[in-house]
Amino acid sequence: MANTMQFDLVSPEKRLASLEATQVQIPAAEGDMTAMPDHAPVITTLRPGMVKVTGADGSETSFAVTGGFAEINAEAMSVLAEHASEGAEGKVALEGFLEDARSRAADASGDARDVAEKLVADLEQLLEAMV
Amino acid sequence: MPSLKDLKTRIDSVKSTRKITKAMQMVAAAKLRRAQDAAESARPYAERMGVVMSGLAASVGSSDSAPRLIAGTGSDQVQMLVVMTSERGLCGGFNSTIVRAARLKIQELLAAGKTVKIITVGKKGREQLKRDYASHFVDHVDMSEVKKVGYGDASGIARDLMDRYEAGEFDVCTIFYNRFISVISQEPTVRQIIPATFEAPEEGAEAGALYDYEPSEEDVLADLLPRGISTQIFTALLENAASEEGARMSAMDNATRNAGEMIDKLTIEFNRSRQAVITNELIEIISGAEAL
Repeated sequence: MANTMQFDLVSPEKRLASLEATQVQIPAAEGDMTAMPDHAPVITTLRPGMVKVTGADGSETSFAVTGGFAEINAEAMSVLAEHASEGAEGKVALEGFLEDARSRAADASGDARDVAEKLVADLEQLLEAMV
Repeated sequence: MPSLKDLKTRIDSVKSTRKITKAMQMVAAAKLRRAQDAAESARPYAERMGVVMSGLAASVGSSDSAPRLIAGTGSDQVQMLVVMTSERGLCGGFNSTIVRAARLKIQELLAAGKTVKIITVGKKGREQLKRDYASHFVDHVDMSEVKKVGYGDASGIARDLMDRYEAGEFDVCTIFYNRFISVISQEPTVRQIIPATFEAPEEGAEAGALYDYEPSEEDVLADLLPRGISTQIFTALLENAASEEGARMSAMDNATRNAGEMIDKLTIEFNRSRQAVITNELIEIISGAEAL
């Protein structure tokens, strides 16, 4: 059994990370999940949250993502995030995103409103966790 | 025959023009590098997105419950055209080629009795299309404040398009942009983004069928489709930015070379007239001396 898997984190603008990882924790749509090498193939959507990557050398890196999806299989995992940033530096960007989400939540109605408000709540939680 | 002074002024003015075009060429070259890098770094995302989407679309797309973004509205009566051009001129045939492609399509659609709506991105294309099709304009996206195309710009356009689609304002959406091939060659590209089209999955995509989807295939697809459209628009914007700088660079390279040739020609003319003037003066002096 392989001890590591290839982890890639890409956003539309750039590739943020590409490394060998022993485990990766992602904020999947139905709850956080941790993937290790030889995971069953899954494609899942993401909520806004933290992606925590443990590298082959034991170092831990975390990234804030605002949604997207992850593709997991036995040898590799790729996270495609709409907006991702490493550690605290992305906080400003996230706050801007939250403002945007809030104004959209205020405009929307019906189901769309529920979705938008959920997004706002997720983002607020994420920002709190980063402090 | 122009006087010596006139020639001198012309040479100087062409020289300063050459300086400007040379500077613009170098600026374009630097910007092109950056635009190409941006397009390059966006590629992994777009590729993975494409693979996952086409896999999903193959398994869900044909069913009755397929999302409207794939299935379409069942009509192609109202056509939305998004024409992407540049904000600034002096870039050779860059804008004209896109506008020509758009114009062909518009004529074809109008001839077929369809309703055409146009959204322009970038000022230059709007100016060129305004003469004939101003009545079809529904919106304009101003990119003049945008220094570097970001994903936010693309998703803004995509969100606007999707709102209009949901509101039933159009049935089919097509984007026009220039695909970057090399510095001297850009290809006007027409691509339909709504209803979404996919390249046929390759053999390797069979593995995609083995994936588990969370929450469910339909939900994942519904979540991905808007992102896919944003991504396609983003890719188009980036390709366009790179093409624009490429086109400007080669246009300015030509201009610089032309200016150089013109300076050579004018200099020869200048020297000839100078010699003619000297000869004339000599003749006058000599014939004056002989007359005595």
